[in-house]
Amino acid sequence: MQTSWIPFVPPSASTLSGKVDALYFYLSGVTIFFTLLISGVLIFFVIKYRRRNPYEIPRPVAGSIKLETLWSVIPFIIAMTMFAWGAQIFFEQSRPPSNAVEVYVVGKQWMWKIQHTTGQREINELHVPVGRRIKLVMGTEDVIHDFFIPAFRIKADVVPGRYTTLWFEATKAGRYHLFCAEYCGMNHSGMIGSVVAMEPKDFDEWLSGSSSQQSPAVAGQQIYETLGCASCHGPAGEGRRGPALVGVFAKQVFLNNGQSIKADEAYIRESIVNPQAKLVAGFGPIMPTFQGQVSEEQLMQILAFIKSLQVQTPGPVMAASPVPTPSGVPSAAPAASSTPRTGP
Amino acid sequence: METFVPPVPSRINYINAQYGLKSWLLTKDHKRIALLYLGSISFFFFIGGLYAMAIRLELLTPQADLLQSTTYNKVFTQHGIIMVFFFLIPSIPATLGNFLVPMMIGAKDLAFPRINLLSWYIYMLGGIVTIYALLAGGVDTGWTFYTPFSTTFSNSYVVATGLGIFINGFSSILTGLNFIVTIHTMRAPGMTWFRLPLFIWAHYATSLIMILGTPVIAITILLLAFERVAHIGIFDPAVGGDPVLFQHLFWFYSHPAVYIMVLPGMGIISELIANFSRKNIFGYSFVAFSSLAIAVFGFLVWGHHLFVASQSVYAGMIFSFLSFAVAIPSAIKVFNWTATLYKASISYDTPMLYALGFIGLFTIGGMTGLFLAALAVDVHLSDTYFVVAHFHYIMVGGTLLAYLGGLHYWWPKITGRMYPEGWGRFSALVVFIGFNLTFLPQFILGYMGMPRRYHVYPAEFQVLHVLSTAGASILGVGLLIPLFYLMWSMRYGKVAPGNPWHLPGLEWRTQSPPPTENFDYTPVVTWEAYEFAPPEETEVVGKFHDKVPEKA
Ligand code: HEM
Ligand SMILES: [Cu+2]
Repeated sequence: MQTSWIPFVPPSASTLSGKVDALYFYLSGVTIFFTLLISGVLIFFVIKYRRRNPYEIPRPVAGSIKLETLWSVIPFIIAMTMFAWGAQIFFEQSRPPSNAVEVYVVGKQWMWKIQHTTGQREINELHVPVGRRIKLVMGTEDVIHDFFIPAFRIKADVVPGRYTTLWFEATKAGRYHLFCAEYCGMNHSGMIGSVVAMEPKDFDEWLSGSSSQQSPAVAGQQIYETLGCASCHGPAGEGRRGPALVGVFAKQVFLNNGQSIKADEAYIRESIVNPQAKLVAGFGPIMPTFQGQVSEEQLMQILAFIKSLQVQTPGPVMAASPVPTPSGVPSAAPAASSTPRTGP
Repeated sequence: METFVPPVPSRINYINAQYGLKSWLLTKDHKRIALLYLGSISFFFFIGGLYAMAIRLELLTPQADLLQSTTYNKVFTQHGIIMVFFFLIPSIPATLGNFLVPMMIGAKDLAFPRINLLSWYIYMLGGIVTIYALLAGGVDTGWTFYTPFSTTFSNSYVVATGLGIFINGFSSILTGLNFIVTIHTMRAPGMTWFRLPLFIWAHYATSLIMILGTPVIAITILLLAFERVAHIGIFDPAVGGDPVLFQHLFWFYSHPAVYIMVLPGMGIISELIANFSRKNIFGYSFVAFSSLAIAVFGFLVWGHHLFVASQSVYAGMIFSFLSFAVAIPSAIKVFNWTATLYKASISYDTPMLYALGFIGLFTIGGMTGLFLAALAVDVHLSDTYFVVAHFHYIMVGGTLLAYLGGLHYWWPKITGRMYPEGWGRFSALVVFIGFNLTFLPQFILGYMGMPRRYHVYPAEFQVLHVLSTAGASILGVGLLIPLFYLMWSMRYGKVAPGNPWHLPGLEWRTQSPPPTENFDYTPVVTWEAYEFAPPEETEVVGKFHDKVPEKA
């Protein structure tokens, strides 16, 4: 494992970690200063005003509004600087950049199952390239877990029934701890692993070296067919009795209750396991639930497939992105239309 | 060894007024009920302490050697449950509060003596149910009972333990109710609101939280039990529930509950600081109202336990802001206590040593709360040893030290005997050193990334864990010493006079131990809180003019 050159601080290996450390040092500086100040004054008073004569009675004091105001307002202002700084970094770390490469993570008692968009699967290890933005889309098959990479200063719970995300950009190659940080039962402290950050060319080599697996989008397409989704949504997601899925991801969807909602990961997941929760305008409640028929991993693969169903335009939306994204996976969308149709 | 002085038989007090087990088990005297509580919470504290030692011993090495996963998980869970629900929450209010709230306001008893006894029985029933659950097989969900682990996956005695906590909650509610009614209606003539000792204000604020907050945890536990037994779909997403809803409900009570634990401690510290420096508290009304502010605003910050639990970014920001805001009233108290010492006459008696220790440790606990309230830093620190250290600084460094300080301070009143001062000071020092050695390394461990609730951990964390275990052993010794000398003093200690510290508070204006009725006649209060004798009356320290003093 990598260690840090600053004592008592874990290795700092992401674009975020330096920013969190800076705030941490600011907090440490301010709080240690005030703790020492308060203790210093306290000790000084305790020694200086020790009882010298068992019968002495000091003069009572009257308090002071001025002092009270001063020592309420000054700490408040200092606290607000901490709040603003912490909130600003938090805001940044909570919004994954749109061009990040996705990696799918599923927590399960007591292991982390990871799949890259290119198909590689890993258990309790996550290989990532240095200098590229990675977005983890995370779910769990059982209880709440928490994906924690101390060297990147990030963590997030993975919650049953939801997707949560984390994003980072590694800055230093190395092997770092990966912990489950939310108590998840018997072998909680064994739900650990490592994150391996690699130079981009090493990473590309690693990818090509270990790949013989299907990409999640292709696997998702097969599940889409075996579960019979195609009978209503069309083999290529073009829509029939059910709404079209091409291009739906990240778009606004109009619901039959007059509202509209952004079709994000959570919405798509819910549409599969609990389709009646939100009905698309113009469609009846005819879709059966697939709760219990698909595992979390399969759901994520279907999700990857749906994401890959982009409207075909000459200049792909991904042109600006330096890295492959799900829809950029070569075999995904075109393959969808060329596969033989399965009956309804 | 001091010679045994038999109690003067002619002096009837609440202890020798009646004899026999029945006279204790059916008593309506708040002082006797306080002693019943004292015995029972000490028992629970001892059990919780044994679990703590087991945890620290296991963590000496990075492997699982003393305890395997299943056992370790039960041990830390049961440590937490016993310490939080059966020691910390009742500790100060049910013992010292019970004993002193009526005495400090000049009343004969609490407003509802029978309900007071009932609350002890409820506490014991809750305790017995919980102990049964522990003996039957124990529980492994963490004291936080997060769903869906607790509802669907855990194979341990979740419902039975929950039932124990549920029952115990009613004892809190009744105690709170009793205090509020007593403080409103039973103050002695002349005891106006702003003449109340700050201990009373703190208990008033605490009682508000007990009454408003405890029903929420009761409902939460019921829902948890329904879900576990019948899977009705409240918390389980597979049947349409929401597991994070549980966390909201749990912390809606449990954040305010941390103030149930610490506010009475703050009340004790205000007493100790004023009385052992013979100075009225600087900014009395600010200290009093900051307790109420904490009680009210403490209900608005529960979301700071959910910063990484998939709560929305904006909710996170609001809760972060409010958490920083609620830190201010605590800071105000620390500043006022410190200012009180200016030009005071400070004694170094054991209770004061505990009070000074409290201020130092509580300051560290509060300051590290700021790290956790700062969103981006909490993302890294959440669920690590930093959090463990933070709340132990508050709950052990704060509440426990205040409790011990208060216990020593009022020991002569409660038992009629002095504790041995030398041993008292010595053990206060040992506790302080042991405590810091135990928990300071855990802040560092936390920032380095050591997750909590791990008994197998990467080897690079071992040095700090060994330091922590060493500290815990010192702390353990520091806590055993008072256990022995306090019991010894009940029989062999110097007989205490009515007012051994020469203080103005009402509880000192009656014999030690007090008679069943507390006072021989109803006191009439004509002085302000913490009004020590004026300088010209040097020979009558602790006595007062019985006329209204002119305001400075
Ligand atoms: C004054 C008395 C305080 C008490 C008794 C107290 C107690 C606690 C306890 C028991 C926990 C952890 C519970 C658990 O996860 O098992 C905790 C966590 C926390 N405390 Fe405090 N605390 C106090 C003051 C503060 C202050 C002043 C702040 C903020 C300025 C604060 C911020 C936090 C935060 C944000 C957490 C959650 C940490 C996490 O899980 O990531 N606390 N506190
Ligand atoms: Cu809290």
